[in-house]
Amino acid sequence: MKLHIKNGRVIDPANGIDNVQDLFIADGRIVAAADGFTPDQTIDASGLVVAPGLVDLSARLREPGYEYKATLESELQAAMQGGVTTLVCPPDTDPVLDEPGLVEMLKHRARIVDQANVHPLGALTVGLKGQALTEMAELTEAGCVGFAQAEEPILDTNVLLRALQYAKTFGFTVWLRPQDAHIGRGGVAASGPLASRLGLSGVPVMSETIALHTIFELMRATGARVHLCRLSSAAGLELVKAAKKEGLDVTCDVGIHHLHMTDADIGFFDSNARLTPPLRSGRDRDAIRAAVLDGTIDAVCSDHTPVDDDEKLLPFGEASPGATGLELLLSLTLKWAQDQHDDKEKALLLAIGKITHQAAKIAGLPAGTLTVGAPADVVLFDPDTLWRVEQAALASQGKHTPFLGFEVAGQVKATIVRGRVAYQR
Amino acid sequence: MPILHNHPQLNKHGELQHLLTIEGLKKSHIDHILDTASSFVGISDREVKKVPLMRGKSVFNLFFENSTRTRTTFEIASKRLSADVINLNIQASSTTKGESLLDTIDNLAAMHADMFVVRHAQSGAPYMIAQHLNRTRSDVHVVNAGDGRHAHPTQGLLDMYTIRHYKKDFTNLRVAIVGDILHSRVARSDIHALTTLGVPEVRAIGPHTLLPGGLEQMGVRTFTNMDEGLRDVDVIIMLRLQNERMSGALLPSAQEYFKSYGLTPERLALAKPDAIVMHPGPMNRGVEIDSAVADGAQAVILPQVTFGIAVRMAVMSILAGTHA
Repeated sequence: MKLHIKNGRVIDPANGIDNVQDLFIADGRIVAAADGFTPDQTIDASGLVVAPGLVDLSARLREPGYEYKATLESELQAAMQGGVTTLVCPPDTDPVLDEPGLVEMLKHRARIVDQANVHPLGALTVGLKGQALTEMAELTEAGCVGFAQAEEPILDTNVLLRALQYAKTFGFTVWLRPQDAHIGRGGVAASGPLASRLGLSGVPVMSETIALHTIFELMRATGARVHLCRLSSAAGLELVKAAKKEGLDVTCDVGIHHLHMTDADIGFFDSNARLTPPLRSGRDRDAIRAAVLDGTIDAVCSDHTPVDDDEKLLPFGEASPGATGLELLLSLTLKWAQDQHDDKEKALLLAIGKITHQAAKIAGLPAGTLTVGAPADVVLFDPDTLWRVEQAALASQGKHTPFLGFEVAGQVKATIVRGRVAYQR
Repeated sequence: MPILHNHPQLNKHGELQHLLTIEGLKKSHIDHILDTASSFVGISDREVKKVPLMRGKSVFNLFFENSTRTRTTFEIASKRLSADVINLNIQASSTTKGESLLDTIDNLAAMHADMFVVRHAQSGAPYMIAQHLNRTRSDVHVVNAGDGRHAHPTQGLLDMYTIRHYKKDFTNLRVAIVGDILHSRVARSDIHALTTLGVPEVRAIGPHTLLPGGLEQMGVRTFTNMDEGLRDVDVIIMLRLQNERMSGALLPSAQEYFKSYGLTPERLALAKPDAIVMHPGPMNRGVEIDSAVADGAQAVILPQVTFGIAVRMAVMSILAGTHA
């Protein structure tokens, strides 16, 4: 299968490219332009951006175990509609992804569905219980790209120390969302004036910063590589910045919701804004936006967490946290770039980098670039088309997002996976 | 890109459709409720304690959390308005059978309920019900009878009625709220009501473990020293300390709490000589309040209960549109 995408504005942040030019694909890979290239299919991408397929560092597919919330079929279709060609999924399924067989099964199912490339994170500890280490080497062979505790912080710091030492031995990356196991437990909103007013139990910023201090100290002792998931606070980002400056082997990401929203978006107890970590103050949100620009934040992820109606249409504190995100990753990242008034073009290149090659690098994947020889995962989108976020517009089985009703720019026109046009609008 | 929503308790004309919280109400809303209540106070002294304002209307008391006291006052208020009252203790019935909260509401609305009085352990639960009804049954009203730590608006209003009764003018008062502010929906409703009515100084007194962050943004001065906090106040609102909070990580013991924050005659003497002492009940004598104070001349705790009936009658008849 040979594909010729012509006249598009090719944006490839990994190579610093932002030009109107043609792109050639053969046998599932990006190829150089050559005389006599006879395409089987030509796509006219005039007026469209041609970018590497998006790489999402956190997308819950809910399989195995939570098929009533979402299935691989529904969520990978959502990925295609959102231009996401590579995604990393956390291990908090049922059963937890702590055995090679389960990982192989998930990879096998994903191959059958044959859409986005699915890369699971293995559980760092058996059952995410924070007691015994998993067989990390075996799990890596089965296809895990890293090890995580998802939303279960490790109570016993000694276990975390051992986990980092062991991961370091084999060069594995440990993915941790910094949260103290005790402070803020049971909290449903960011501690602060809004939570106090609404009578919601709070999660203080120190839940994040205390965990970061612990993680950094353990990194100093072990030399392990850690990827920090979904930072939520200005104070947390300050610590990450200092750790990077110190030379610790650390990267971090942020979810799309926290890039735009604050706790005030909870409004009148809107359970769609019930997220983990919780949305924080305007000051925190502004720090997150600045940290994307200055590079403290390496990647932006969708934090895709489909939740069904029965678990969302509940009083705020009882509702399951999480929102659908695969189909919003592109538009909400573009929106961040649009808001950078100094240099929109540069911001666009930078923003796309955070959802392509920079994310791929964290996961150690050869994705997120249009370099000749790279896998031909490509997204074509119109950066100016506006669309309204509505339940009916979403392919994901998760229909809940605090962005419902918003109009956003950036619509995917085609998604190409391994050289095959997998989605076209 | 904010999306603006009207407050779910107001209809499109800015009138009260539901009573969910005091926050955001205009002073005129509160005055209207208090004025209406004062016209009802006399009714309870009559031989026939009833007015026909809600004859033929059905009021459903939906208590997802136990409360004999509040439920009873709503029941009495409904009956004095001649409404039919149906008490449902939901904990014990449908939700344990797996029926969702909104299914329950739909079913009861289909039985032609006119008003739901809702108590729920989760902050915001009555909002969810009101918003659902705003979409499906705009003729049904919701009264929040206490949700989580968030609001207890009728208690807040009856407290305002009591203060107005004894103090007449709000704009020269110092009011102290004492105790477990962190977990108290009454404190939050009182604070919103007091600041809306123009009270120049609202104080919150308690140990740091029981004072939530962000009180300053609500217009409250915080004190951790009870003696300092009570000095020269006109009104003292004592809060109930829940049993489960008396020992643990928030407080070491009930005895120590009483020593530091119990209202004794000596401490009461620090307030203005004509200060009144209020309590939403039920009281823990010897934990937050000394019996000599609770039964003393400055306590207005029983009048609060009496006024509570009139205030709830006022709220229900105003919502039902039967009282202009």
